[in-house]
Amino acid sequence: MMPGLMDIKCCDKCWNSSSKVCPESVECIKEGPLCHEDKDCGNARLSRVNEFLREDVAAPVIFVGTGTCGIGAGAGKTVQAVKAWIAEKKINASVVEVGCVGACFLEPLMDVQLPGRPRLSFSEVTEKNAAEILDSVMAGTVPAGNLIGQYDSPSGKLQPWPGVAPISSHPFFAKQTRWVLRNCGLIDPTSLDEYLAHGGYRAYTKVLRSMTPAEVCDQMEKSGLRGRGGGGFPTGRKWKVALNSPSEQKYMICNADEGDPGAFMDRAVIEGDPHRVIEGIAIAAYAIGASQAYFYIRAEYPLAIQRLRTAIAQARERGLLGRNIFDSGADLDIKIKMGAGAFVCGEETALMNSIEGRRGMPRPRPPYPAVSGLFGKPSAINNVETLANVPDIIWNGADWFSSIGTEGSKGTKVFALSGKVSHTGLVEVAMGTSLQDIIMEIGGGVPDGKAFKAVQIGGPSGGCIPSQHLDLEIDYESLKKFGAMMGSGGLVVMDEANCMVDVARFFMDFIQRESCGKCIPCREGTRRMLEILDAITTGRRDEKGHQSLERFKGVINLEQLGTVIKKTSLCGLGQTAPNPVLSTLRWFRDEYEAHVYERKCPAKQCKSLLAFSIDHEKCVGCGLCTKACPSDAILGAKKSPHHIVPERCIGCGSCMEACPIGAVSAE
Amino acid sequence: MRQDLTQTIDRIMSAYPGAGRDALIPILQDTQEDIGYLPREAVVLIGDKLHLPVSKIFGVATFYNQFRFEPKGRFHIQVCRGTACHVKGSLKVLERIKRELGIESGRTTRDGLFSLEIVACIGACALAPVMSINGEVHGRLTTDDVVRLIKDCRKAAETGEAR
Repeated sequence: MMPGLMDIKCCDKCWNSSSKVCPESVECIKEGPLCHEDKDCGNARLSRVNEFLREDVAAPVIFVGTGTCGIGAGAGKTVQAVKAWIAEKKINASVVEVGCVGACFLEPLMDVQLPGRPRLSFSEVTEKNAAEILDSVMAGTVPAGNLIGQYDSPSGKLQPWPGVAPISSHPFFAKQTRWVLRNCGLIDPTSLDEYLAHGGYRAYTKVLRSMTPAEVCDQMEKSGLRGRGGGGFPTGRKWKVALNSPSEQKYMICNADEGDPGAFMDRAVIEGDPHRVIEGIAIAAYAIGASQAYFYIRAEYPLAIQRLRTAIAQARERGLLGRNIFDSGADLDIKIKMGAGAFVCGEETALMNSIEGRRGMPRPRPPYPAVSGLFGKPSAINNVETLANVPDIIWNGADWFSSIGTEGSKGTKVFALSGKVSHTGLVEVAMGTSLQDIIMEIGGGVPDGKAFKAVQIGGPSGGCIPSQHLDLEIDYESLKKFGAMMGSGGLVVMDEANCMVDVARFFMDFIQRESCGKCIPCREGTRRMLEILDAITTGRRDEKGHQSLERFKGVINLEQLGTVIKKTSLCGLGQTAPNPVLSTLRWFRDEYEAHVYERKCPAKQCKSLLAFSIDHEKCVGCGLCTKACPSDAILGAKKSPHHIVPERCIGCGSCMEACPIGAVSAE
Repeated sequence: MRQDLTQTIDRIMSAYPGAGRDALIPILQDTQEDIGYLPREAVVLIGDKLHLPVSKIFGVATFYNQFRFEPKGRFHIQVCRGTACHVKGSLKVLERIKRELGIESGRTTRDGLFSLEIVACIGACALAPVMSINGEVHGRLTTDDVVRLIKDCRKAAETGEAR
């Protein structure tokens, strides 16, 4: 195995070796040599760093994005095809599997870099067209069909491909500010050296060598970094409380239990750049005086867990974790705990109960976790994206970080863009960027010529922002004003074909199942809210008198119930559970009223409110609908137009799906 | 069976020397990974070793969605019901699968071929709607895709191929 960047021993004056690591060795990689002045040593170091930076390459390198999303789109087969191509052509080229660059809508992604040329990026590369693209690039022509663009050459030494646009001018990337996602999709996540070459672990060793824990906390507080997982509590202040709680043992926890359906930035960061998160948690542990750290990560993310395990083992092997790290006297060990699939475990006290091997139920606060947390000891919990911000803040300073953003929200935020939007994927923008820019510019608007209706932000705890407020500039405060919240930053776009009552029902159904059952407002209240929404969205053909009365009262009860649940629930899950309903009620009351009074779903999503009919002009009498109908509601002789008996129809929509010529319509 | 199970549990527990309560969930996860579900006998054995009442262990195990108490099918289908998938029509996909297999979520077909599970989010929202078969993620699904994938699995089972 080739020695890594941390094993460099440039000359006799340097005493660094893999058995006795010099505390300055990490900073030396980029800035070195630090202990003596020697231009040759410096240049020798830089040439090693450049091997891993890969601005230029000695032999062709082919990168394939193989995050979970890439594999889902078929990247595994692309890798095989590329390997087969290399074997067939017998050329000296290597394949590197990278994480997700965020452009999920273009997957599977393949980048090609030839010696002396910048890296080219291609979209939708499958096992079918991989060889064709590679052949053409090797022959010196860039196939335009799947091209996304070419990467910049920071030093300007490389000869750019003529006629190829820079990738930074692609509409998806142009308005982004990529800090947390800086390395995602670019570096090999299984290589510690590549992270080091990009300046990794410099901040950690700087902290160990020259900063006190209090100074680290101060700098975090000054930077204005706030929790990226939901509440938005200032990170520096959280650490300070934990630091000032005296105890022999403290714990640092990384919350990677990304339970919010519709958010996947934490998964992508861990899969694409795991060392950044480890460096962040290591700095945090030092800042609060913890010698034990935990990653609490969802079991549904097997690839992320695997990447994290590899990265922790690498860091341990190089002495970045363990006892007396770099002679600083600080100890740190990191353990991985797999979540077992409970949404409430994203709440910090519930998460701690889960690590302790109990049911994941929240504890009443105070005492706060920073005073009495995991195993009764002071603990700090931060989410993945928060910790991934930490190394750059330490290295570049608090002022660098707070230079972008709004008054109360500094830095950037990663959003997971999904739903009815052309460019689905991960988007990192400065705080204060408008929804218009994110959805219409970066996201490319709503596909299929449909009209934008609303965007749901913050998952089951958040709310929706309707189209008339698209100019909203996103930060923690502005969202609160609109009855939504940042949450973990899932943006689910909805178009005119989505029913807002159905979406509210979906969230209530989710929350009601995930409620842990400890406090009554959440356990009972969410259940009742769901029942009301069920009554609104389903058509009961044999509705009794009092049932319709209850339906009419529903909207009033929903509002009252929601307010009570918000005020009286024990934890964050319950306190935010009614948000999706309350915010849809606020912006889309007319849809609720159409459901309640007219018994109609304007978006035609609530199936049992629809009346199905067969167009007699179109029907050819094939009989497929009759077979599909589970309630024998369709009559008609073969080869003559069929008819639906409304009294028997249960509104399942099977006939509509079964009809090969689209003769069934719904009103 | 009982003998085998004792050995399996012993092997799993040996990775957690001096295990206390905090090792309970990892042990249950390893057991499920190994056996495919949590048989009652296994829970009793784990309780003996950890000095925890069986009721407490079931209390923990039933709280979390991950744990199953029924054997997994040869093809374990996980359907994502996250927000992005819902907006893109995952309910239709799920209903189609249920109809195709004739089981509800959380159950296993009688022939032991398929088991169905609803998961909150697979984290591949950009490919919505999504499901995974034995951990392999399939994205941008239509109801026709589902039928085809299930057919493929049935065919694979008939020819005795492992997928």
